[in-house]
Amino acid sequence: MDPEKIIEVVNLSKHFKELKAVDGLNINVYKGDVFGFLGPNGAGKSTTIRMLLSLITPNEGEIRIFGKSLQGHRKEILKKIGAIVEKPDFYGYLSAYKNLEILGKISAGNYSKKRIMEVLELVGLSKRYKSKVKTFSHGMKQRLGIAQALLHDPELIILDEPTTGLDPQGMKEIRDLIIFLSKEKQKTIFLSSHILYEVELVANRMIIINKGSAKVEGKVEELLNANNLKVTFEVGDWENAKILIDNTAWVKKLEMAINGKLTFLLTPEEISELNKYLVQNNIAVNAVIPTRSLEEYFLSITQKEA
Amino acid sequence: MLTLINIELYKIFKKWRTYIGFIAILVLIPIIEFALKMEGQRSINFMTRDLQQSFIFVGNLLNSYFVSYLILNSLAVHIPFLITLVAGDLLAGEATAGTYRILITRPVSRFSIVTSKFAAGIIYTFLLILFLAILSLGLGSLIFGTGDLLNFSNGSIIVLAKNDILWRFLLAYLFATLSMGVVASLAFLFSALVENAIGPIITTMAIIIIFIIISAINIGIFQDIRPYLFTNYMGAWRAFFDNPMDTYEVVKSSLILFAHVVVFYSAALIIFQKKDILT
Repeated sequence: MDPEKIIEVVNLSKHFKELKAVDGLNINVYKGDVFGFLGPNGAGKSTTIRMLLSLITPNEGEIRIFGKSLQGHRKEILKKIGAIVEKPDFYGYLSAYKNLEILGKISAGNYSKKRIMEVLELVGLSKRYKSKVKTFSHGMKQRLGIAQALLHDPELIILDEPTTGLDPQGMKEIRDLIIFLSKEKQKTIFLSSHILYEVELVANRMIIINKGSAKVEGKVEELLNANNLKVTFEVGDWENAKILIDNTAWVKKLEMAINGKLTFLLTPEEISELNKYLVQNNIAVNAVIPTRSLEEYFLSITQKEA
Repeated sequence: MLTLINIELYKIFKKWRTYIGFIAILVLIPIIEFALKMEGQRSINFMTRDLQQSFIFVGNLLNSYFVSYLILNSLAVHIPFLITLVAGDLLAGEATAGTYRILITRPVSRFSIVTSKFAAGIIYTFLLILFLAILSLGLGSLIFGTGDLLNFSNGSIIVLAKNDILWRFLLAYLFATLSMGVVASLAFLFSALVENAIGPIITTMAIIIIFIIISAINIGIFQDIRPYLFTNYMGAWRAFFDNPMDTYEVVKSSLILFAHVVVFYSAALIIFQKKDILT
């Protein structure tokens, strides 16, 4: 049996006058997914997220969340979604606690002080619960943004660039939180981020969009293995290694040869084959460094478009 | 809906700009009343100089009612400005602060958001007029005491007995709330259109000033336009101090002003429901 579809976007389009922000986009997110939503700036990510949350009305297409049309069941659907959309903005003249209390009441849920303090504790803001939000740093606001998204214990969490403005420690904490919410709390997470390395670390499925339409969609693992990997061999006798490679078919796979490093485009099987070939020809291989990452994959796809 | 209105009122009264109107009234009314205490009797004598040849005036003419009537008469331009400071910020303020996103992504309809904000704006307007009424009549009573109200209307003198005045003030202040409700609704409509609160405040004030000028200048073309300007009906509260009261004029003006409130609110609602939130 197929897993339950949590988000189903069919042929979604949105244009602003002449600009096509989103153009015939299709997305499928399944229960339990940590779904990476990737694309360069201006690709249409935020517009799509705003449509998923009914902040923007699409020109064409359909959005179904939890199996129901967003247009017809908006309130019912939003009850089960927690979201951060772009930068976290709050009522700066109110405290962190009061902001959450108000948002809880608007959501028709009278959340107890215990629950509010619980989510503030989760994002590390419990000691500043009385402070006015206008005194918060960007990182603290970002964490408060996550707290408001989790307040009503939603089934689906939509995070639009959740680590923007955080220091490395803060980024790691958010990453750990996403993993915790997915693994321990069985939440479905829709994660948009420009830090692709992070998506690679937490997402199981992803889509790459550019100029408003999907370029690739699938399992992160499969997509990463779908093409050749860029691998750098650090060799001891570089000059001889270069001569050796130049006289064989491996030269066709050579991308770059510089300062003791030979970089090739290889399949996973070819990596061990080349390693063996170099060693058999008395070339010491000091290190084999795969430089392939989702980021490079992402760049290769989006740059083709550019 | 009541919860949402409460939240909106809480937000309004947590902003310092909300208190500008109350502070302005708190400063202005004592200044006017103390100035009238110093100079008022001379003004009354000046106003009644022709009549004093035929009538004998007895009692306390410079009283709380007379002063409150003068204040209500002279604040037609100033109070709208204080109203627009808050009403113009109701929707546009959320756009400027970027808080539309956390508000509209909650399971609450846009209709509820707009209606609760509008209701909070009208309640603020009512509270501001109530504050004006209490301060104007209350402080006036302490400084001047009470007495009959001498009123000039269409070239004739109307003297209203002391015990026949309070209900007229009550209705006049309610009518003023309706008039200011039109101003609040107009500012609210502009607030739904833009992403910055300054625009609605300036635009609403510009419209009111232009309309008041057109209403005040007696040129043929302006007189033809006048019935179509809502400011033309905002002064109908004076009819409550006529004897007999022109009920038809009061009801007609009230209905026209109320219709403006409904139209401005409905337009704001339609615009907001179709609005793409891009801030």
